[in-house]
Amino acid sequence: MDFIYTIFPPKVLSQVFVGLSRTTILFIVSSGLSLILGVLRIPNVAHGSLYMIGAFMAFTISKVFGGGDIGFWLALIGAPLGVALVSLIAERGVFQFLYEREHLMLLLLTFAFSLVFGDLVKIVWGAEYKSVPVPQVFQGFVNLFGGLPFPLYNLFLLIVGPIVAVVLWLIVNKTKIGKIARAAAVDREMVGAVGINVSWVFAIVFVIGCLLAGLGGALVAPTVSVTLGMDHTLIIEAFLIVIMGGLGNIWGALLGALIFGLSQSLGILIWSQFGIVFPYAAVIVVLLFRPTGLLKSTW
Amino acid sequence: MLQSMLRGKGLIWGYAGLIILFLLPLILPRFYIYIVSIILLTGLLATSLNLVLGYGGIFQFHHAVFYGVGAYATALMLTRTGLSPWISFIVGPIVSAALGLIMGMICIRLSKLYFAMLQISLGSLVWIIVYRWYSFTGGDDGIHGIPLPEILSSPNGAYYFTLIITLICFLIMYKIVKSPFGSALQGIRDNPVRSEMIGINVKRHQLLALIIAGFFAGVAGFLFVVVDTTVFPDMLFWTLSLEICIMCLLGGWFSFFGPMLGAAIIIVLRTFVSTFTSYWTLVLGILMMFVIFFLPNGVLGYVEEKLHKGLIEPVIKE
Repeated sequence: MDFIYTIFPPKVLSQVFVGLSRTTILFIVSSGLSLILGVLRIPNVAHGSLYMIGAFMAFTISKVFGGGDIGFWLALIGAPLGVALVSLIAERGVFQFLYEREHLMLLLLTFAFSLVFGDLVKIVWGAEYKSVPVPQVFQGFVNLFGGLPFPLYNLFLLIVGPIVAVVLWLIVNKTKIGKIARAAAVDREMVGAVGINVSWVFAIVFVIGCLLAGLGGALVAPTVSVTLGMDHTLIIEAFLIVIMGGLGNIWGALLGALIFGLSQSLGILIWSQFGIVFPYAAVIVVLLFRPTGLLKSTW
Repeated sequence: MLQSMLRGKGLIWGYAGLIILFLLPLILPRFYIYIVSIILLTGLLATSLNLVLGYGGIFQFHHAVFYGVGAYATALMLTRTGLSPWISFIVGPIVSAALGLIMGMICIRLSKLYFAMLQISLGSLVWIIVYRWYSFTGGDDGIHGIPLPEILSSPNGAYYFTLIITLICFLIMYKIVKSPFGSALQGIRDNPVRSEMIGINVKRHQLLALIIAGFFAGVAGFLFVVVDTTVFPDMLFWTLSLEICIMCLLGGWFSFFGPMLGAAIIIVLRTFVSTFTSYWTLVLGILMMFVIFFLPNGVLGYVEEKLHKGLIEPVIKE
């Protein structure tokens, strides 16, 4: 296995894996955002807040069940469902009346939601840092390529990412609801004319997208300190990923997340103080050469 | 000046408002003078955004960058160089305008949402640099206690300075909106293809609008330095940009004075809500939802609808 180290120094290799596990989170969140943008045409700024709510819900569920393995698995299921419920209420209560408005209004509306969600989180969970324990099963390290210590939990993330991608692809491309949603994205009125309740299709797509945000939040919770303001940077990153990959394109979101996550983790090696500059620079370069994103967008 | 901006009753109200604004320091305690100064400069910032957003139809979603960069440029000039402070006041807006040119040149090829996102990306880059470059910008502490010329150090001096600069900027912006350039800009917003056909260079007009908006945002930035004597990285954060958009929407972005009114409403509300609850953003969010639902044309748009004619001349109705 030593030949790998001669090509890639261990430091680079470990940063690549750190970047890949970050990519998983970014992909899960931004694929939900991409889905909502592609089908409903809502630039959902509140998506980051839902991610934060997912993380906080994971904290609560895990705490209620004693912080052990059962708590973790229940949090992983319960938190996305809780977020889905919140988003369903928001969609049926507010968004469904405003689909015809221009993007600017929708963007500001979702921003209003993110402000409200931010303060609601402060009311419910308080402003302190929270931490979710890594479950027993995933504690410790594995040695990659014979000698590179890598957290087991991050390895778990690397497995979850592709699973989510495949499931999402199956839902969008192989199920009836996915086909209707794709049709509605292209021509909403026509889909309504053949007797399909477009409003509910939109609601389902919105809820699935938000569920992904909640899943991202629940997955990231054991690796970071759960705190207010974790939504602010993430939502910008998710938007940039979606734009870079092509609006509404799931694989575009994956590609964008890969570029973003890897350029961030490798950038830190090059210039530790300003490592975070690199992904933004990558977005600018991509958009300069491909103004509508890397892959085909649904718009 | 006012005669061209307001008509009939509006003219009287305008003069009355001006006189009240000039007499305020005699009546109000110091804290409220500070609030009024903040309202003026934030209103200037929102109006400069409205030049591109409302009149130009350009999705300038990261306007706060120009505000913050103008403030930082002024603050750094004041603290790090020995030049006359009045020079630093000019440098701030010019740096903002230059940034507007650079960002505009990169973004202008893209349309609508892509433009907005690329701009947010570039703006976040600037924010990160300001936030992380600890030795130069002070990082997340910002810069405090910026030295000012004698005449501006007193609260009333800062207030009158802000008031006069804001009025001058308002006059200039109004002239710009009413000029052939302003008309061309509105034409581009309503129908870019037709504007191109009749020989308007669309991109050049939009670029110029972005530079102008950046310049006036920079003016608002240096006024903040004068009023508050601090700068901090949150001035460049994207949430502030969307708050400015909200101000434009709340006041009504199809009227010239709308953003100023929106800024005034939001800052007054924030000041009073903050005194008895720490959940100001919750209030702002709910207020915003009501505005989007019931007042899509903003407060001034609503007033205009009710009065039909009167106070303020509507710029355009869609």
